[in-house]
Amino acid sequence: MKEINVSKIIPVVKKLCIDTNYYASEDVVIKIKEFLEKEVSPTGRDILQLILENHKMAAEEQMPMCQDTGVAVVFVELGQDVHLVGGDFYEAINEGVRQGYIDGYLRKSMVDDPVIERKNTRDNTPAIIYTDIVPGDSLKITVAAKGGGAENMSEVKMMKAADGIEGVKDFVVDRIKRSGGNPCPPVVVGVGIGGSFEQCALLAKKSLLRPITEKNPDPVWAAVEEEILERINKLGIGPQGLGGRTTALAVNILQMPCHIASMPVAVNVNCHCHRHESAVIE
Amino acid sequence: MANEIHLRTPLKTEDLEKLNVGDKVLITGKVYTARDAAHKRLVELVEAGKELPFDIEGAAIYFVGPSPARSGKPIGSAGPTTSYRMDPYSPALMDVGLKAMIGKGPRGPKVIDSMVKNKAVYLASIGGAAVVTAQSVKSCKIIAYEDLGAEAIRELEVEEFPAFVANDTKGNDIFQLGVEKYRR
Repeated sequence: MKEINVSKIIPVVKKLCIDTNYYASEDVVIKIKEFLEKEVSPTGRDILQLILENHKMAAEEQMPMCQDTGVAVVFVELGQDVHLVGGDFYEAINEGVRQGYIDGYLRKSMVDDPVIERKNTRDNTPAIIYTDIVPGDSLKITVAAKGGGAENMSEVKMMKAADGIEGVKDFVVDRIKRSGGNPCPPVVVGVGIGGSFEQCALLAKKSLLRPITEKNPDPVWAAVEEEILERINKLGIGPQGLGGRTTALAVNILQMPCHIASMPVAVNVNCHCHRHESAVIE
Repeated sequence: MANEIHLRTPLKTEDLEKLNVGDKVLITGKVYTARDAAHKRLVELVEAGKELPFDIEGAAIYFVGPSPARSGKPIGSAGPTTSYRMDPYSPALMDVGLKAMIGKGPRGPKVIDSMVKNKAVYLASIGGAAVVTAQSVKSCKIIAYEDLGAEAIRELEVEEFPAFVANDTKGNDIFQLGVEKYRR
């Protein structure tokens, strides 16, 4: 059994929070450049160029790409041969988030009571943490900074088997159509299918972690992703909803088995900043 | 599209009437920040007939909650937040003199009607280009509701702040016209 002191986690989470907000990921830069080549709307082209300029400036100035630096969604893959010592594991993650958001000049966007008080917690905690136990003796941590504008355009639908694959495609395309300019297009569309009511939403969020330059490993689902993306980019919404062909940069699908009576489908929308960073603690 | 027009706050009706959807504008002068929580308080003041924390006559409100400033900088990253969440409040503020709103994403029909009635406009700034946008902010001070943190009302002094006219005083909406033009 390998021991990892939870104090090692704090600086790692802190750095992930800062880096994901300051530095655009390579796959996003590649995709935006690719779509800029094809964009026919002059305003749309202006906006895509401005986004690329913003990436460079954020890195140079050590500032977050967007002022909405998100809720910290933390995915943990904990090796089953790891023994965590030295304190509360989840508190260590929250301490990393606290330090990252305070020392990194990131915005604190969490309110305590969601409805009545809505008082800002002032340090962007609590993080939203998901833990998977996996084989091995290492600890992988991924921080996704999830902005509110795009998250608000997400939806879960309990569909029926008779709706079939066409029903799934229509639901995803319609969700993006109804979102219009709200989620900061061009967006990345995460889709979770199967499992249960809550599991498909988590699948949708996890699907966003796959690099958008990579195809779905299953050719059948890769074709579905491609078709949905093509339909979304015919909607005309364009960058920031001001009209154009670049409405989504990618569609990522994750699916899993489900009950004979069910076909849950979730759409989780990400803005063009599409922020997530990972690190492994050995 | 893409006429570049300079605007100075406080805004005058005759300057706004010349604007058309798609025009690019560069705003100079004072702009006030407000998001959901601040809007709720402002409208409560209007309904109670009380004075607002800033002069709303001809004012521009920017829907933004900036990130913290590094030392020596006036502001952190400062891009727009999604505007529809302010739809329940905006008409009441336009009725008492608000002339321009800056944000991202489309507005509802009641807000668009109120813009026509009050000769006001809605300007789209670029979401997620928040470092570029922050360069046109020259000073920033909190003038109300400090307890709201990122949502406090700030008075910004801006110079050539870039935005696109999304809704003009004639009821046109770029979010409809733009999409229709590029839909296939």
